[in-house]
Amino acid sequence: MAEHLFQFVIWCVALLVLMVLLWLVYGLLDHGLAKLSFEFLLSEPQNAGRDGGIISILVATLLILAVTLLAALPLGLASAVWLAEFTATHHFWARKVRLALDVMAGVPSIVFGLFGYAFFGIFMGMGFSVLSGGLTLACMILPVFIRTCEIGLRGVNNSWRQGAAALGMPKIKAVWYILLPAAMPAISAGLILGIGRATAETAALMFTSGYVDRMPESVMDSGRALSVHIYDLSMNVTGGDAAAQASALLLLMIIIVLNMLAYAVTDLWLGRRLSNDLA
Amino acid sequence: MISPDKGFTIGQLTEAKACCEPTPHLSVQNLSINYHQKTVLDNVNLDIYKGCITALIGPSGCGKTSFLSALNRMLDMTTGATVSGQVTFNGENIYKSDKDLLQLRRRVGMIFQKPNPFPLSIYRNLALPLKEIGIKNKQLIEHKIETVLKEVGLWEEVHHQLDMTATKLSGGQQQRLCIARALVLQPEVLLMDEPCSALDPISSAVVEDLIVSLRGRYTVVIVTHNLAQAKRVANYAAFFWMQERVGKLIEFGRSQNLFEQPQNTLTAAFIDGRKG
Ligand SMILES: Nc1ncnc2c1ncn2[C@@H]1O[C@H](COP(=O)(O)OP(=O)(O)OP(=O)(O)O)[C@@H](O)[C@H]1O
Ligand SMILES: [Mg+2]
Repeated sequence: MAEHLFQFVIWCVALLVLMVLLWLVYGLLDHGLAKLSFEFLLSEPQNAGRDGGIISILVATLLILAVTLLAALPLGLASAVWLAEFTATHHFWARKVRLALDVMAGVPSIVFGLFGYAFFGIFMGMGFSVLSGGLTLACMILPVFIRTCEIGLRGVNNSWRQGAAALGMPKIKAVWYILLPAAMPAISAGLILGIGRATAETAALMFTSGYVDRMPESVMDSGRALSVHIYDLSMNVTGGDAAAQASALLLLMIIIVLNMLAYAVTDLWLGRRLSNDLA
Repeated sequence: MISPDKGFTIGQLTEAKACCEPTPHLSVQNLSINYHQKTVLDNVNLDIYKGCITALIGPSGCGKTSFLSALNRMLDMTTGATVSGQVTFNGENIYKSDKDLLQLRRRVGMIFQKPNPFPLSIYRNLALPLKEIGIKNKQLIEHKIETVLKEVGLWEEVHHQLDMTATKLSGGQQQRLCIARALVLQPEVLLMDEPCSALDPISSAVVEDLIVSLRGRYTVVIVTHNLAQAKRVANYAAFFWMQERVGKLIEFGRSQNLFEQPQNTLTAAFIDGRKG
């Protein structure tokens, strides 16, 4: 009897969560779908974003994400390789770095925004720019990305490490040619989740890449990301609701697609690990 | 057909009569192995003869795998493992501090119990080690790959699908590919840790024939739990046993002598299946 009650409660909670999501999606579809069109996507915002479209916003978002990727990918991979392959599990510095990363992963994004403003914006002299925003986002997603890659690398079949060593292959070559490709699904999953988080980020960008809704001319220009655009339209612009809803709908769709991708890649990875274990 | 008791010459090694005039290729002196200060193998002295097949036999846990991986210093990769004593290879102690390990492992190859082809194509499995030693010429690489695949009897089976992922091959084919991958570097010595134990009987027989065909051209050290196999393939056999939970080399000699007239009562008991 108690068990049935327990199951009932669990089902109710699960349905409730699903309802919240559906209600959110319904609201966005109801208000935003009418406005979301190719014309909206491809024209410049006018009248503080009330009219026109979001092309400059999309370009700025993509530029910021590109900077984030270019910075996070090599740094993240190098750190993960160092943690997983070149230090023993109980190595003193490796443990300190891991602790620092896990703490950083829990730091609120606004703190990253303030850090980015102080460090990239002022100290490095980048001001409000796409570059500053992208680098700040890179700092924000690195902790989780590094740990995901590290775990992915550690999960790679140890016999390949031994096989490579027994052939007299330098360790770094084994990492490059065998271990990283084998850990690719985990790495991609980590990257997609990171990009998803970066796409949805607002607080960290307000102080770094700025508000300007013009088309950015270079990465040194300020640019307004999609999430900042939504925030600004709904908080500061009266009559900007329709555009805000349409932009939010687009953002939600992007996030859902990225997450589905991450799931698919993770499945692939788990499937591969299982088949490796069976073989 | 090469027989262990007739003279034959070694191809790529120096032209010496191998098993009639035994010349040590690897010489093990006072070798002890510890894991976290706990001795698992104590004071082994043993010569591995050039061009011959030496089988290591003994019960589980007596240190055969540890001994084998001390011979190409793969043991260095195990945390907590320490080695004392000497292993002389080509006149040089491989445990001297400035030994080039990459070079050593290219000369002394290793085959593992579980076949471990890289999750890459068959071609890349073989091309990768070649590129590492600086062979860039595509024709030369292809030629070497063909030669070595023929040597392990895989060419007929896989030459039309060299770009297939190697992990899709059958277990026996994977193990032969691993042997090919070691051979493509033209090593002098091959260390094999129970190379047939993860295979079905037919694949196991194929790999065993392959190992026999290596005799004379390579120096082979093979760990096996299959005494009949050791008897069939080996020129020399070494019997390890645990005494007071420490592995010891009990008897070493011509395989025929060791199996037919063992000098030690422990060896006799193990071979008869009364112990171990
Ligand atoms: N990495 C390790 N750390 C600690 N102890 C180890 C390690 N590897 C092996 N040992 C111990 O060393 C001893 C010898 O192990 P080894 O694997 O060399 O035996 P083996 O003769 O190859 O056994 P088997 O026939 O089962 O393969 C065993 O008691 C084992 O528990
Ligand atoms: Mg073993």
